[in-house]
Amino acid sequence: MSDPKTEHFVAPIDDAVVEVDALKLDEQKSNLWLDAWRDLRRRPLFYAALGMVLLVTVMALWPTLFTDVPPNDDCQLSNSNSAATAGHPMGFTFQGCDVYARVVWGARTSLAVGILVVAITAVIGIPMGAIAGFFGGKVDSILSRIGDIFFSIPYFLAAVVVMSVLADMRSVWTIALAIGGFAWASLARILRAEVLQVKNSDYVMASEAVGRGRMSTLLRHVLPNSLTPVIVTLTISLGAAIVAEATLSFLGIGLGDTIMSWGNDISKAQTSIRTSPMALIWPSLVLTLTVLAFIVLGELIRDALDPKARARR
Amino acid sequence: MLTYILRRVLQAIPVFFGTTLLIYFMVFAMPGDPIAGLFGDKTPNPAVADALRAQYNLDQPFIMQYFLYMKDFFTGNLGVTFSGQSVNDVLVRAFPVTLKLVVMAVVLEFILSVATGLIAGLRKGKLFDNASLIFALVFSSVPVFVAMFLAQYFIGIKLGWAPVTAGVDTSWGAMLLPALVIALTIYVTGMRLMRGSVIESRQADYVRTAYAKGLTHRRIVPVHIARNSLIPVITNTAASFGALIAGTTVTEYIFNIPGIGKVLFDAITKSEVPTVVSFVTILTVIYVIVNILVDLLYAVLDPRIRYV
Repeated sequence: MSDPKTEHFVAPIDDAVVEVDALKLDEQKSNLWLDAWRDLRRRPLFYAALGMVLLVTVMALWPTLFTDVPPNDDCQLSNSNSAATAGHPMGFTFQGCDVYARVVWGARTSLAVGILVVAITAVIGIPMGAIAGFFGGKVDSILSRIGDIFFSIPYFLAAVVVMSVLADMRSVWTIALAIGGFAWASLARILRAEVLQVKNSDYVMASEAVGRGRMSTLLRHVLPNSLTPVIVTLTISLGAAIVAEATLSFLGIGLGDTIMSWGNDISKAQTSIRTSPMALIWPSLVLTLTVLAFIVLGELIRDALDPKARARR
Repeated sequence: MLTYILRRVLQAIPVFFGTTLLIYFMVFAMPGDPIAGLFGDKTPNPAVADALRAQYNLDQPFIMQYFLYMKDFFTGNLGVTFSGQSVNDVLVRAFPVTLKLVVMAVVLEFILSVATGLIAGLRKGKLFDNASLIFALVFSSVPVFVAMFLAQYFIGIKLGWAPVTAGVDTSWGAMLLPALVIALTIYVTGMRLMRGSVIESRQADYVRTAYAKGLTHRRIVPVHIARNSLIPVITNTAASFGALIAGTTVTEYIFNIPGIGKVLFDAITKSEVPTVVSFVTILTVIYVIVNILVDLLYAVLDPRIRYV
């Protein structure tokens, strides 16, 4: 009410324009997502993380943009563990393959596993968590107990069992199933807790009062308003899934030798760590930066979507 | 409190049977053959394969396999590994080593979390706050096996400050480097919890009162701020204890530490599926038990939990 024009409203004598005080028409549109986007755009770290994610994505989709060297067919044992030369900026592996080419081509595997794990986690975890939280009662008890069981097996150990048994059919699909098949339980828990809070909101009650069905209320009002922690968790778990794949490959129960993956390459490079550490360090570095990018992205989105955290800064 | 303990323990019983059943079901339902892996590329002699199947009850129907395993489990007979050692003996030998490693890692993690979290919280928004968060986040994204190799290469081989591998020497000193690396890769969560609750405590009424009655900063920080911020950090540390016991495979392999993780690793590389399954089951059971203890610890520390 600080605007002097509207403090004492007097009927206009002539054709003066009436000021409307309740609406500031020129103000920027504002909602949770727009605010978050504006916040993210101001942070340099966001661009760095996004840049890394985009770089790896392009590498995965079009590896030939980055290197002409075939990662597998051009290996010469005479180059075994050689240092970097012109055209081979990262040197050679024990088998005499170009490290740079293998790093570029390995992006595809890591990203594919990451995306598949996130998809599996979302497809199982979101319905489990949302239905348990929203319907409550017996449904909640049953779904939550099932979730507890999956949650209580450390998902890495579960993946070890699955991949050990599936010795003959190791592929991007089986490894994603082995990880995602257990990783969904923590997403379901997080979403359930969020849904429990959201479902007591006035707008949910209003939606039911006007006769909307339960399921439709859940899909139209409750779920969209509970997605913040889901997006954050999924972004971070993409990074975690890439680590899990690399670790399983490192243990020798991940992807077969024929599939190029950063984990496989690091595992193979360990035998010659003393003579040519760079064959181990380069794929490790790219792997770490990729994971870091996804984790930082998740953290920044969490911060941006939380008005309280924005105020705290 | 007693009701809470009782309820929490009762809740764990279905989880215990559920997890063990699930692990057994996975092995049973999956298309691979747990025995075939043992023979590598060779075609197994049917008689030998059948004898092995009988030894691990794999010739029985699924639910019988599970019941037989549970019967053995509760009578304290955990079975035999493929090399013929009793799993009980292996556990007695390997578990204390893993426990030692994990305890050391958890203590280091706690110290790191509390120290950096406290300073970051007291200097919110300053250089140390931002730098320590980035530092911890970077460490948390380094996959454990990468971190272990780098530490082994630079600190063990290049600088020679620490033993490259532990081997039979499982003294505290020999395992300090791997424990420190574990702590560095996980302390980010504890640090942020500490920082968050320090920031909250600083604005709490009891801290304002302490300043108002003339206490010095030097007394208020440790006694009023730090102590009241510790609860979430302690429970987080306790929770990571369970996760670490179940997850030392890579560390113990790289530093050649003869703990449970190393046993599991050897079984994995030799494709001894039944041994893998039995150690994964044991680790999962330990994980479930530790998590109950963590919940109880939480209830002891924070009275609000007990009454929910």
